Amino acid sequence: MSGPALELSSLRVSYGGIAAVKDVSLSVQRGEIVSLIGANGAGKSSVLKAIVQLVPHAAGSVRVLGKDVRGLASHRVVELGVALVPEGRAIFGNLSVRENLLLGAFLNRDAAAIERNRARSVQLFPRLGERMDQNAGTLSGGEQQMLAIARALMADPKLILLDEPSLGLAPNLVTQIFESIVEIAQSGITILLVEQNTRLALQVAQRAYVLVTGEVALSGESAELRDDPRIREAYLGEAIEA
Amino acid sequence: MTQLLQQIINGLSLGSIYALIALGYTMVYGILKLINFAHGEVFMVGAYTGYYSAGALGISAYEAQHRDFPVYLGLIVLVTAMATAALLGVLIELLAYRPVRNAPRLTPLITAIGVSLFLQNAGMLLFSPNPQRYPAILSEVRFEFFGVIVTNIKLTIFVVALCLMLGLHLFVQKTWTGRAMRALSFNIDAAKLMGIDTDNVIRSTFAVGSALAAAGGILFGLDQITINPLMGVLTGLKAFVAAVLGGIGSIPGAVVGGLLIGLAEQLTAGYLSAEYRDAITFVILILILLLKPEGLLGVVRVEKV
Repeated sequence: MSGPALELSSLRVSYGGIAAVKDVSLSVQRGEIVSLIGANGAGKSSVLKAIVQLVPHAAGSVRVLGKDVRGLASHRVVELGVALVPEGRAIFGNLSVRENLLLGAFLNRDAAAIERNRARSVQLFPRLGERMDQNAGTLSGGEQQMLAIARALMADPKLILLDEPSLGLAPNLVTQIFESIVEIAQSGITILLVEQNTRLALQVAQRAYVLVTGEVALSGESAELRDDPRIREAYLGEAIEA
Repeated sequence: MTQLLQQIINGLSLGSIYALIALGYTMVYGILKLINFAHGEVFMVGAYTGYYSAGALGISAYEAQHRDFPVYLGLIVLVTAMATAALLGVLIELLAYRPVRNAPRLTPLITAIGVSLFLQNAGMLLFSPNPQRYPAILSEVRFEFFGVIVTNIKLTIFVVALCLMLGLHLFVQKTWTGRAMRALSFNIDAAKLMGIDTDNVIRSTFAVGSALAAAGGILFGLDQITINPLMGVLTGLKAFVAAVLGGIGSIPGAVVGGLLIGLAEQLTAGYLSAEYRDAITFVILILILLLKPEGLLGVVRVEKV
């Protein structure tokens, strides 16, 4: 299949009449890592939720792996080969690590695939291997993030959407998570990364989009954006005036 | 001592019926945070389906000739009632609860009370408001051990309930649908992200819970001899209290709660007064809400940020 892995055009998402996402157009080519950066409340998570139709979009279109997802139930969008690692991880705290991984394989139940993907998880995050039969709710924040990513991989997705994987983690863990993201991308999986940690996001991504109050304010190659004065300002925590 | 043992045996038998019904309350609550007040009526319909299907299988002829109703026909009655109730549960969910699923929580609750009243009255219309004698799917045989009387009916109730609970345990722990149910009860959006068709899992939850209630209905009919269209009101409430006592949302909790309510009821009837047997359940409800509102096996969820 050709064409972009993900294509949003003029996406609009509203909650009870208030637009969280006003007008977002972006595309992610197959095999790319693309970052979506922006301050709190810029609408980044809403974009991701609209892609998997956890929230419906009010206008515009979302094409996931070539297919328009408007009106599809979330599990149908997931079936297309996309996995969302949500903000706050959303692991199943009442289940063991092993069962969390099995749930990730809900659409990919072949025993050989489960075994192969479980091995990949352990290779990527050795700490999960030690915790297989532990209740996932007892994991540390970093381990939960690892589990959330590993769980997403269990479905053999073509596209992974990561929502703030660095949130609330110690710096050494953040480094480890980002190394694994690069490794996942090298295995051929397309990644859309939502991050507030702009420096890291621009480091791993080839391209990035900057979201300000629901609109794309800037976009381009990561290398260019890194030198953009407006982005440098944003590093300091000031609002970007587009 | 003999009397105590006798009450405990009777209590466990009655309690296992409450446990079967309580499972349906707790499973639905665990996923939808909805108290399915119509569940007691599903139990009632289960009992009546058993009544009519035993009739259709010619139980009166066996009774007239003083012959035992064959066990395999008894099993057919059980399965028929469970399947019918499962279908009813699925229909209730589809027609009454799904349209209001995203409404504020009070709306589905009132809907549930409405469905419950509707089914009670439909039952009186269809089955007649008069109590019916339950057919002798099992003819009673009494055993006596050291003065304690155990009937094959009490034993069967306990064993059938136990097998069903064990089956449910395996289903919830080992199957994909069961695992999906546990995922939904923790986080429904995260379950969707796993590719789980949540509507389908909710449907299965209603089907399984209703089937267990129907089994409870037949066992109740065997135990209590008569059934009537309002039988689900008090028994349903008691089973609901059992679910709250065990910790609503917890499957082992519903089993423990059901057995405890059954025991409490029998012991009250035996040692205090038979008139207090229904009241004790609600005394327990008040106490548990005051002292341990999350229930015996319920957990207070703490989420890491």
